[in-house]
Amino acid sequence: MIAVQTEPFDPAALLARFSAGRTDCGAVVSFTGLARAATDGAEVSTLELDAYPGFTEAAIATMETEARERFAVKDLLIVHRHGPIGPGEAIVFVAGAAEHRRDAFEAVDYLMDRLKTQAPFWKKETGPDGDRWIEPRAPDYADAARWSPP
Amino acid sequence: MALKVLLMGRLRDVAGWRERRLEPVPATLSALRDVLAREDAALGEALLGMGVQAAVNKALTRGDPALAAGDEIAFLPPMSGG
Repeated sequence: MIAVQTEPFDPAALLARFSAGRTDCGAVVSFTGLARAATDGAEVSTLELDAYPGFTEAAIATMETEARERFAVKDLLIVHRHGPIGPGEAIVFVAGAAEHRRDAFEAVDYLMDRLKTQAPFWKKETGPDGDRWIEPRAPDYADAARWSPP
Repeated sequence: MALKVLLMGRLRDVAGWRERRLEPVPATLSALRDVLAREDAALGEALLGMGVQAAVNKALTRGDPALAAGDEIAFLPPMSGG
């Protein structure tokens, strides 16, 4: 399941709901991405993410489908915020449930690498030194390349 | 019916707008880029920048597709979630 939303979310509550009643899974893995208060020493007061409604959800849904084909997971959840996000707030939450831990770990790792480099969001950091657009860095592309070809 | 043009990310800052309607409708994607570049050279250059992709009606395109009235064209700089 995926959700792209402007509303803040509580990662602990998402994880509790995702894990509840899973008698068929031995493993639940989750990742939460938080907005940092500084990037490379530059203070960040707000992180603003733009989405492209319709296109963004479709691209993330494709990633979820490909993760399900690639790993033996029983369930996946991806929640991603857009709009203005303050330091310390959660930007993204990804959880995977599987019979065994390796598939759950790898599915979440894979989805985060895809999201960092291919999810249709455009990020701008605002701080006392002005605004700057954040694009994927070389290590992000290197991380994503670990999974190719599909 | 016009064409709907959307700019995402830093392209919005370069152009100073995020959405507009365009008439008459250019025949192709490259003709649309030419029209925009004639009005705003900085935007024209940014549209040809590294990693800038285009989507027609919310589907990524390759090459130089034909455009029609009512189409929605979005120019997308490198994407980054998480």
